[in-house]
Amino acid sequence: MAKTPSRARAAKTPDSPPAGHHNQPTPGEPTDYDASKDELLEFYRQMLLIRRFEEKAGQLYGLGLIGGFCHLYIGQEAVAVGIQSALVPGKDSVITGYRDHGHMLAYGIDPNVIMAELTGRAAGISRGKGGSMHMFSVSHKFYGGHGIVGAQVSLGTGLAFSHKYNDDGGVCVAYFGDGASNQGQVYESFNMAELWKLPIIFVIENNQYAMGTSVNRSSAEDQLYRRGESFRIPGIQVDGMDVLAVRGATEEALKWVQGGNGPIILEMKTYRYRGHSMSDPAKYRSREEVQSVREKSDPIDHVKKILEGAGVTEADLKAIDQKIRKIVNDAADFAENSPEPDAPELYTDVLVERY
Amino acid sequence: MAIEIKMPALSPTMEEGTLSKWLVKEGDSVSSGDIMAEIETDKATMEFEAVDEGVIGKILVAEGAENVKVGTVIATLIAEGEEADAAPAPAADNTAEEKPAPEAKAEEKPAEAAPKKAESGTDKLVQDAPAPPADISVPAGTETVKTTVREALRDAMAEEMRRDPRVFVMGEEVAQYQGAYKVTQGLLEEFGDKRVIDTPITEYGFAGVGTGAAMGGLKPIVEFMTFNFAMQAIDHIINSAAKTNYMSGGQMRCPVVFRGPNGAASRVGAQHSQNYAPWYASVPGLIVIAPYDAADAKGLLKAAIRCEDPVVFLENELVYGRSFDVPAVDDYVLPIGKARIVRPGKDVTVVSYSIGVGLALEAAETLAKEGIDAEVIDLRTLRPLDTVTVLASLAKTNRMVVVEEGWPTCSIASELAAVVMEKGFDDLDAPVLRVTNEDVPLPYAANLEKAALIDAGRVVAAVKKVCYR
Repeated sequence: MAKTPSRARAAKTPDSPPAGHHNQPTPGEPTDYDASKDELLEFYRQMLLIRRFEEKAGQLYGLGLIGGFCHLYIGQEAVAVGIQSALVPGKDSVITGYRDHGHMLAYGIDPNVIMAELTGRAAGISRGKGGSMHMFSVSHKFYGGHGIVGAQVSLGTGLAFSHKYNDDGGVCVAYFGDGASNQGQVYESFNMAELWKLPIIFVIENNQYAMGTSVNRSSAEDQLYRRGESFRIPGIQVDGMDVLAVRGATEEALKWVQGGNGPIILEMKTYRYRGHSMSDPAKYRSREEVQSVREKSDPIDHVKKILEGAGVTEADLKAIDQKIRKIVNDAADFAENSPEPDAPELYTDVLVERY
Repeated sequence: MAIEIKMPALSPTMEEGTLSKWLVKEGDSVSSGDIMAEIETDKATMEFEAVDEGVIGKILVAEGAENVKVGTVIATLIAEGEEADAAPAPAADNTAEEKPAPEAKAEEKPAEAAPKKAESGTDKLVQDAPAPPADISVPAGTETVKTTVREALRDAMAEEMRRDPRVFVMGEEVAQYQGAYKVTQGLLEEFGDKRVIDTPITEYGFAGVGTGAAMGGLKPIVEFMTFNFAMQAIDHIINSAAKTNYMSGGQMRCPVVFRGPNGAASRVGAQHSQNYAPWYASVPGLIVIAPYDAADAKGLLKAAIRCEDPVVFLENELVYGRSFDVPAVDDYVLPIGKARIVRPGKDVTVVSYSIGVGLALEAAETLAKEGIDAEVIDLRTLRPLDTVTVLASLAKTNRMVVVEEGWPTCSIASELAAVVMEKGFDDLDAPVLRVTNEDVPLPYAANLEKAALIDAGRVVAAVKKVCYR
């Protein structure tokens, strides 16, 4: 059985520096982000939006309104919300794999056009031609949404290359999972990113299972934050169920990368409550394991408790919940009632130019 | 007798070279392993080592001499105990070796055997191909400059890099080494290491980095040392570069050029000898270009770099060193997606691309002597395919042969045969024939390599067949 994420203090490479790296500069020790009440409310609101959105998507899938593969982000909300909150939209670029709904919502992209893409409608963000795994918003510098496991790591390294080439001060955040962290191109990219000191944060969302294979069954080095050691890329292991820890680690990572030190790895220890995709019966783990994480480590409950401690009332939280339910229901209505793409759309956007 | 030191073949495709520098002078003693000279081949400047011990007798080719053919005697080496002014071998006084006895020949020492370019089945691919005429879009009387395909490609990149600061080139050995095939020669010096970037040997990774940089708004030229290595990167070329604009509903541009040599080289065996044109040409979302001559290489590479779509640009190592007339025009850019009639004719249409065009032209000259007037079409772009030009020619000649240096199955030739069945059936007076390589991995042995590859003779035979001659 995979280990469930704990609230353990962040661990990072410098605690056990690899031989020969003693004189290397190291990133600072991250601390939990000291959020204001308003910021905490915003984290809560965003995580809840992702949770409710994904639950709705699951529902629509069951009704046959969403087809194909649909990978839900439930349980992992603190990762995208904590990281995205530290980035500057329009300046920093983001790229991820196919479990991409949460990152888009956390980057402020309209839930209506995301949901309409899931239902394959003309109003969808990819005009209905991409689907759940292939969504993009160039105006937000959100570069997808990629269906091939690990591809986003090389592509993200290219985005970081363009930041450095243009000297625009931007940083790329490339998200990938524990499964992708065993792909060869990840290491090819690590090598080039460090060699060329590219401004990129590699975020490993370690949700413990690559589809049905646990990290322990697939990874010789299961402490994934150490996967950059032979490239001299520092890594920090973070409690990915705690949005404040995530935000705090991201701030340190940004400082490191913006200081011209090259890439850094953030291993986010997290957990997905649902199956790998909608069609996954999740027989590879026990109901008790999932239940235990939900009860002990839920990222939304965690913030809720802090908010309650800060004097936010049950009524205030209920009001937020209702607002979010309305946003999600409206998105579902929009996605269900929007027309499908016109038939001629079949042939558009294959090429940009005419020949 | 004195040992003849002959101009060596230092690369699979080298036929001649420049004797850049002598590092020894007459009377110097050399022993095995000493560097005697620097020789510039079609690819690089190489050091030429002594194999035998002795004293340099006469230097017969001065340093700086260009176009020294492989096998030319460039110096003599006097072995220990011989007279210092011993004349070159043929005038030597050893009568025993002058006897025309077959036994003596059989006893020839390896050191005295004439070095020559290794025999290759690819020789016939470039043997006697006549140069095609200038593109019809170039006004008659336009001044031209003799340019190798290699230089034309370099000029295209340099011109576009001067014009657009977003353009950069990355790949293995493109910068400090000046290009594995010298195609990027001089670019590092002019544009610096920010824009001319040596990558580690990491095709999948750097193809992804280039694709990502294009998504981020740059215009990368990604060089593969050969397209055989791009098979490791094909996921990014197809899944990332070709499909993303469509999957994003037109939001995600990916203006990247993947370029490098493609197809059979000389005696390099099956893993380094594949033609990938049909693979890439089958993918919607890609532009695929495969030029033959230097003018098209330049004009189409410039167009490819400016293009907003991802381009696979397939070159051919065997023609890198060939010279053609390139119009001396300030900004020579050709349209993508347009075939070119390189030889007008009325009896039969011979369609080809890349190195096959040379063979088609060679065959056409032979056929002309036998009274068959062949029209030769260079497709130049393989996706989108200019079927209009092909079908118009077929309507005139009513016969068609497709020549392709590549495998027959699922080839560009098969595709054209299908196009003609669907859209030109009524124009056909004979079945379309394909002249392609044999359906085997390319062998190493020179005779087998030769047997596997197309040649002009096979084109001639196929044309006669469709002409019922």
